[in-house]
Amino acid sequence: MLVKKAPDIRSSEITDKRLYLRRREFIQGAAVAAVGAAAGGLVPAAEAAPSWPRVKIPNVQQAQPAFTTTEKPNSYQDITTYNNFYEFGTEKEDPSNNAGPLKTKPWTVKVDGLVNKPADYQLEDLIKPYALEERVYRHRCVEAWSLVIPWVGFPLASLLKTADPKSTAKFVELTTLYNPQQMPGQRTSVLRWPYVEGLRLDEAMHPLTILAVGLYGEYLPNQDGAPLRLVVPWKYGFKGAKSIVRIRLTDRQPLNTWQLSAPSEYGFYSNVNPSVDHPRWSQARERRIGEFFKRPTLMFNGYGDQVASLYTGLDLKKNY
Amino acid sequence: MSRDRLIRWVAKPIVWGVALLPAAFMAWAALNGRLGADPLKEITHETGDWTLRFIVITIAISPVRRLSGWNSLIKFRRLCGLFAFFYGTLHFLIYVIADRFAGLEFRDGIWALSTARELARSIWDDIYKRPYITVGFTGFAAMIPLAVTSTAEWIRRLGGRNWNRLHRLVYLTAVAGVVHYWWLVKADIRHPAVYAALVALLLGFRLVQSVKRARVQRQLLQARA
Repeated sequence: MLVKKAPDIRSSEITDKRLYLRRREFIQGAAVAAVGAAAGGLVPAAEAAPSWPRVKIPNVQQAQPAFTTTEKPNSYQDITTYNNFYEFGTEKEDPSNNAGPLKTKPWTVKVDGLVNKPADYQLEDLIKPYALEERVYRHRCVEAWSLVIPWVGFPLASLLKTADPKSTAKFVELTTLYNPQQMPGQRTSVLRWPYVEGLRLDEAMHPLTILAVGLYGEYLPNQDGAPLRLVVPWKYGFKGAKSIVRIRLTDRQPLNTWQLSAPSEYGFYSNVNPSVDHPRWSQARERRIGEFFKRPTLMFNGYGDQVASLYTGLDLKKNY
Repeated sequence: MSRDRLIRWVAKPIVWGVALLPAAFMAWAALNGRLGADPLKEITHETGDWTLRFIVITIAISPVRRLSGWNSLIKFRRLCGLFAFFYGTLHFLIYVIADRFAGLEFRDGIWALSTARELARSIWDDIYKRPYITVGFTGFAAMIPLAVTSTAEWIRRLGGRNWNRLHRLVYLTAVAGVVHYWWLVKADIRHPAVYAALVALLLGFRLVQSVKRARVQRQLLQARA
């Protein structure tokens, strides 16, 4: 099996100047006019400030070096305005435009299925026992673009240990909120709702797999999957179920939403794999958002050292 | 001012200006960083969208003219068709630069002769391998002879009848454009479905017309015999 080493930082990974200026423009409303003028035009201030609240998360710890990359994260603006979250529309800017009204307080998460301690948690109670840490992860979309995101979260394994899976539990199924009133995309039949994702139990227990509650040290904006989302950095982004309301342990492989939508194009595993193309496009390279030249996609998104052993003996061409 | 002069000196320049607005807006948005986090994808999609819109407008002109009796419309058909080609060319060039060129390996550096070879192979492989690129490129390629023969000189050279026959290639472009769009979306087929419905309607209208014409001709022949 092809396993590449986690790469060191490369000079090309440093955010280019234009994007850097855009980040400042975003944070400092006052800079908008100056930057706009420098760019040769007038930039209305409308886009300067985000329309969602930004709240710092207290006591965020640093992750161990093995669980975080030193690559330069993409800007807050990129991460919060370039989203695939079909519950709010299928265009990249739809979620940041439409997700504002989603009510994430109160929020209940049901943990059930093949566990000894099933529970309906209030979100605060669910999170409280665990230390939140910052994990900077590469995020590779199945559409061949990527971001580097500083998530804040805790290992899914911690929650699963609390729930105490029965010995018959083999898979974890995660379900997104179904609420067409608040999620306009669910009033269309673009996908089958609610959105469902799943992992093998050993994948779910892997220390890289986290439940995220924030990014850039702040609570998640709704468009990024507030208040609780899954992040599995060696898999394509769609595996990361957002706005999770249910975590169920089962003995059968869950049928995830994209597989249901197009089984020949999206499988259960969906591990990032440059040598297995999507039937309609190549997965060999990717565009890191903010860069012009595409970079080679890494096996398991560069996390092969840590996760390749999960798939020993599994034909990854068949189990895409 | 006579009607012809009004069309030539007022109406046509206005149509020109309006048809250039999307390109002008895209250029402005690109220069001001207003195309979102992935501007290359955005501009690829926008130019593709405008190509399809102009194709639909172009093939709508004859049916609308027939139904409304507004004959001057025909004077804008070539203009609209050439703008479809203009946006299609932009779309293709942006694909070549942002998708193909940007994805090369540059084994000998960017400015090497091998880069040109690599680029040509990369484009060809993509056209060969990816069905949605194959149809998209076919649709674009079919517009080239139409753009070349769009002058009065070429109509004379080919003769009206042959020229008309050749320019039916635009139907191929329209269908290929819709299929190209349909095959590239992940799950949300609503936009391509709108174009599919429009193209089906406009080509269906022609089909009905030509069946009617054939029937009339047959009746005439029978009446004579």
